[in-house]
Order: sequence, then C-alpha cells, then structure tokens
Amino acid sequence: MEQRTPTLRSVAWLWFGISTAVLIIGFRQAIFLVPTDAAQGNVGRIFYYHVPIAMLSLIFPYINFAASLFYLYWRRRDPLKALTADALALSTAEVTVVYSSICLLTGMLWGRATWGIWWTWDPRLTSMLLLWLLYVSYLMLRRFSSTGQTQTLAAVLSVFAAVDVPIVYMSIRWWRTQHPAPVFGGGPGSGVDPSMLPAFYWNLAGWTLWGICIVLFRFSLERRRQHAEQEAALQAIEASLEIPQ
Amino acid sequence: MKYLRHVWDHLRKDLRLEWRSRDSINGMLFFALLVVVVFGLAFDPTSYPTMARQISGGILWVALLFASITALNQSWAREQRNNVLEAQRMAPSPASALFLGKALANMFFVLLVEAVLAPIFIVFFNLHALGNVWLLVLILPLGTWALVVNGTFFAALGLRARNRELLLPLLLLPISLPALLAMVQATTGVLTADLDPIQINTWIKQLLGYNIIFTTVCILLFETVLNAE
Repeated sequence: MEQRTPTLRSVAWLWFGISTAVLIIGFRQAIFLVPTDAAQGNVGRIFYYHVPIAMLSLIFPYINFAASLFYLYWRRRDPLKALTADALALSTAEVTVVYSSICLLTGMLWGRATWGIWWTWDPRLTSMLLLWLLYVSYLMLRRFSSTGQTQTLAAVLSVFAAVDVPIVYMSIRWWRTQHPAPVFGGGPGSGVDPSMLPAFYWNLAGWTLWGICIVLFRFSLERRRQHAEQEAALQAIEASLEIPQ
Repeated sequence: MKYLRHVWDHLRKDLRLEWRSRDSINGMLFFALLVVVVFGLAFDPTSYPTMARQISGGILWVALLFASITALNQSWAREQRNNVLEAQRMAPSPASALFLGKALANMFFVLLVEAVLAPIFIVFFNLHALGNVWLLVLILPLGTWALVVNGTFFAALGLRARNRELLLPLLLLPISLPALLAMVQATTGVLTADLDPIQINTWIKQLLGYNIIFTTVCILLFETVLNAE
C-alpha cells in the first residue's frame, strides 16, 4: 500500500486552499464587480455559475468513460491497475451527478426568473437531464449489484451511457430548440461583453479546481476502501489456511 | 453459420419453454390491457378525438414499455433455475448467441402482445389513423426491437443484484429515451398526419440507427457481463 506521504498531503491541502481562494475571488467578481447585464439585471449573475458548471459537467463523464474502458481492458491483465481505474470511474461519476444537478437547478431558477418557465423540452435541457439520469442509474447499479460484479457491470453501463449521450443530443436537437443561442461563438449579437469575462473565467477556473479537488478526494477515499477490502480478504484467506485439517 | 445455428437453438429453447407455461405472454397481455384501460379512464379519449390521436402514440408505447419490462425481468429467471446459467457460461458457443436468441424470443413475445393489443387500443381510443397506416408496420417492430434488445441486456445485468426487478426499469429507461422519443414521434406523426413523410422518415431512420448501434454494443459486451465475476 502506498504511503500517504507528507508531500502529497500538503499538495492536497494547497490545492484545496487555492481552489477555495479562486472560488472566493470568482464570487466577488461575479456578484459585486462586473457590470450588471442590461436586459436581465442582477438575476443574470447566475450565468457565471451556471455556464462553467454546465461545461464541467460535460467533461467528467468522458473521464468516467475513459476510466471504465481502462478498467475493462486491465480487468484480466493487471487487476491492481484495474482497481485504480474503477476508483477513478466511481469518483468522476459521483461528481458528474453533483455538477449536473447544480447545472439543472441553477438553470431552472434562472429560466423561471428570465423566461417565466421552470422547464422546457429543448435539446440542451433534455440532454443534460438525460446525462443526469444516466449517471444516477450508474450509481444505482453500483449500489444494487452484487459485490463481485459491481465494477464490471458499472463499466459496461458507462460504455452504454457514453454511446447514448451523443445520440440523445442529435435526436433532440433535430426535434426542437428553445434555449437561447450559444453565448460564445453564436453569431452576431451574441457573446459576452469583455467587461464580464473576468467573472466568467475566475469561476470557470475555480469550479475546475474544485471539481478536481473533490474527484481526487473521493478517489483516495475509494482507494482506501479498496485496500481495506483487500486486507480483509487476505486475512480471511490466511485464517482459513491456519485451520487444522 | 454455426453462430446462427446456436442463435436458432437458443431461440427455440426459449420459445418452447415459454409455450409450456405461457406465463410471460399472459401476464404481458393482461398488463398491457390494464394500462390501456387506466389511460382510457384517465384521459377520456373518446370525448376528445383530436387530443386522443395526439397522445395515443405516447400511450401505446408507454403501455408496451411497461408490459415488456414485466416480461423481460423474468426472461432470465429460467436460466437461473438448476444452475443453467453456469452451464451456459461453460458452453463453448459464444455468449452473444445466447443473448441474441433470448432477445429474439422476447421480441417475438412482445410483437405477439402488440398484435393483440392494437385492435383493443383502436377500439378503446376510437382511433382512426389520418396518415399512412402501413408505416406503422415498419415503426412498431423497429421500436419494439429497441426496447427488447436493451431490455434483455439490462435484465442480464441485474441477474445477481439485490432488488433485481427494480433495477431493470432504472437502467433501461434512461438509455432508451432517444429511441422512445423517435418511436412516439413517428407513431403520433402517422396517426395525426401532422408530420410530413420526410419527417416521419427521419424518425424511422433514427430508430434504425439506434437499433443498429445498440444491438452491436449489446452483442459485443454480453460476454463481459456474463462473466462479470
């Protein structure tokens, strides 16, 4: 078992401190410093939280998919590496659920305030909801499946989810659209005023650092649990060898 | 060719076993009928024919979805009695042949239920389709296969899970949503003639694409799931 070196521990605390500091700066930028949006007023400030978190919630699933593929590849060839991959898959799945929940909730609040509706079935919202549903079902599978199989079945489901997400997006986009045109690169009249960019970038950086912090924290928790499980299994085997025949 | 022979053997086995007890089919039929009746009471379709036509696509597929979930759950049950699943794992034939045989058998049962259900549905909802009804002959099997192939796979996923019956809908519904969207939109488009043929065609192509992609993924990954320990 690798030792938790003092260096590693101080790096972890440093990372946590930096991400909290960046988040605080981002909060100050977003809520107090940048100018108010002309059309939406102060309600528009939720944009600086909603959009970075939405972008990040689309990145963690890919890490989950990659980790699941590595798990399936290493499963029979190098079980110890496979366990690491599985721990990463679980952590990123949980953080995906958290981030997409926040994205959905902030989106609903913002939508109610600006458009007057809590929800609509347009491509982006429905795809995000589906992403949320898929990863919640991933966590349910992990909870309900029997112990020896959990990791493999979850990895298989992750492959299904990864195949499904682009299909959902394309099919619903063909179906209808009501979400406002993309703020970045959407065409004439869209885009964020440069005076508002600092808040956006500080929050993007902050939530990325925070996301990585939580993923690694959860990852190390899962690794400890795996080690403890292996230790217990080893003790059980050794104890059974000592039983007099 | 040997592969197809194996698939055919598995298919015959499932059909024969089901024919002996006919549990699954009877259960599915009655359940689908009950769902149609419940929706009929809830929405009162005969009093509002326009609305009825617009929602009947959705209701038909929801009824079939829930009916097939009840059957899919116990389609693997017969492999668990008498350690049959262990024997299947040790058999030299590819695991995906077992999967395909079972999926085809389930497809047959659900199509049977659809064939019985469609007239009842038309009666209770006073439906007459405004568009080209023959398109439904294409849409119904494609949609059913989308549900059955993923359903059979996820039912196998949950085989040794606790709370097995609960797990299947939790896994199946999110994955099937794009297919559900396509089949409901296509069916409603045909019934209400609100969509022009090109749009219905696009939905059908999406359904076909979904089927091809997920059938391939299921066949490739079934071996992993069967030997998950």
